[in-house]
Amino acid sequence: MEKYTFLRQFADSWMLLALFLFFVGVVLWVLRPGSSATYRDTAAIPLRNADKPLSSEEASNEHA
Amino acid sequence: MSRIIKLIVLGVIVLISMMAMNYARDVAYMIHAGIVMVIAIGLFLYTAAQSATQPALDPHPETEYFDSVVRYGVIATAFWGVVGFLVGVVIAFQLAFPALNFEFLQGYGNFGRLRPLHTSAVIFAFGGNALICTAFYVVQRTSAARLWGKGLGWFVFWGYQLFIVLAATGYLMGATQSKEYAEPEWYVDLWLTVVWLAFLACFLGTIIKRKEPHIYVANWFYLSFIVTVAMLHVVNNLSIPVSVWGSHSVQVFSGVQDAMTQWWYGHNAVGFFLTAGFLGMMYYFIPKQAERPVYSYKLSIVHFWALIFIYIWAGPHHLHYTALPDWASTLGMVFSIILWMPSWGGMINGLMTLSGAWDKLRTDPVIRMMVISVGFYGMSTFEGPMMSIRAVNSLSHYTDWTIGHVHSGALGWNGMITFGALYFLVPVLWKRERLYSLQMVSWHFWLATIGIVLYAASMWVTGIMEGLMWREVDQYGFLVNSFADTVAAKHPMYIVRGLGGVMYLTGALIMCYNLWMTVKAAPAKEASLVAAVPAE
Repeated sequence: MEKYTFLRQFADSWMLLALFLFFVGVVLWVLRPGSSATYRDTAAIPLRNADKPLSSEEASNEHA
Repeated sequence: MSRIIKLIVLGVIVLISMMAMNYARDVAYMIHAGIVMVIAIGLFLYTAAQSATQPALDPHPETEYFDSVVRYGVIATAFWGVVGFLVGVVIAFQLAFPALNFEFLQGYGNFGRLRPLHTSAVIFAFGGNALICTAFYVVQRTSAARLWGKGLGWFVFWGYQLFIVLAATGYLMGATQSKEYAEPEWYVDLWLTVVWLAFLACFLGTIIKRKEPHIYVANWFYLSFIVTVAMLHVVNNLSIPVSVWGSHSVQVFSGVQDAMTQWWYGHNAVGFFLTAGFLGMMYYFIPKQAERPVYSYKLSIVHFWALIFIYIWAGPHHLHYTALPDWASTLGMVFSIILWMPSWGGMINGLMTLSGAWDKLRTDPVIRMMVISVGFYGMSTFEGPMMSIRAVNSLSHYTDWTIGHVHSGALGWNGMITFGALYFLVPVLWKRERLYSLQMVSWHFWLATIGIVLYAASMWVTGIMEGLMWREVDQYGFLVNSFADTVAAKHPMYIVRGLGGVMYLTGALIMCYNLWMTVKAAPAKEASLVAAVPAE
């Protein structure tokens, strides 16, 4: 089979399916049980550490 | 030791640029080699004059954020913004009054050369500096770590300014490869690639050494912007120079492949430069200014993946009714329409971040600016998919409607969110308690908003009018209007558009004065306040 036809058919079928499944997987991953608590913490990142970086000890204490 | 290597490298660059000036096959190349030579000589002398001993204090302490480069970025953003808007106003009036294309500027400073200068100045100089400086600011804060790479941030900043200067002077002297938003010639493209990889390294390095366990969503958007723009830039600029001593090059692709590559690049420059990057700004600065976390973090993740999965396919809608195969232009159209969903999802997420704090709209003009920018994002991402539908495109394409659409997105979304970010950043970066004047922010807000409304409304009217005039046929099937008839009919709308531009420029000048006075005259922040860290 000529390369163009092969790539087009591949793109229209298996690659499309793979990308679609990846996307569905992302949505399911986001909605996994227990994600809300994690995301509450992540969403609050901009509201802390405004003035200086965390040192390594502070970082390990904070998320212990 | 590293100083010696630096001096040798700079010396070699001076030598090569002198040779390049000597062998130059065209004026633009010679002047560019001259610019590089002068900069390299300056850096050589500066490096040589520095003392050979290491400074006692580490110039890049891990206990502090690298903010000086962000401060320079803020200044560059404001400066290039005003330059870009000014050139836009000039060319708007040149279109309305052709006599403003002066004879003595012919071939250098008139509409044909200034138009690409305007688009690149606002997108890459204003928008690019805004993206680089906010990316540096946001990635440090959200990673709780200093920018990676010691002084590499300075290389990114100054290297990018050099790219802007080479691109802008190149356009005026005719060194262009005539690709929309990708006009700079091969050596400028190569330089930008080097700077961009350094930018990627700084950004990714900071994420890798982050102290927060999670990567905040704004960084995902910034990272996709940096990576995708690198890919787009390299593929679209594949060209072979006619001579290494000249500014001309020949594209590797030709015909419809070249057109498709160009609009794959062009549309994703909108999608990843002007959308993903600026969404990174939205996801940081709106929560910051509203002092509350983003409305839905889950939605922001779905927003991210949906946007980057869909945007990349939308380019072919620029090539309806061309030699491009029908399936490709249909694909572009369908994906453009699906883009409604992630775009509006993102808009809802930005706007709803204010839920429970809507009263701030009354008291805080900065948040008003950010909200209207998200509003314009929603409007232009509604208009864009609609214009990508083939039947609508047959009317809108090649008309001023397209120009109006681009400007409601660029002035409304990109401009306003950048102004909001600058109003947030200046008091923080220069440690001021507040902005010099909130009243001036209100003036800026209204001037800019009314300016955009004048701009977009006049372009809708003139665009649809000229589209209808072009397709009008009489009872025998002959075209009714000549092209010059449409030009004459557009005159009043062109004046209104120019006035809209003047208002937008005036607003930006007021902002510059306000920011300048914030640094000069606003009360300094108390030292004790700087050290205050929110309890957790």
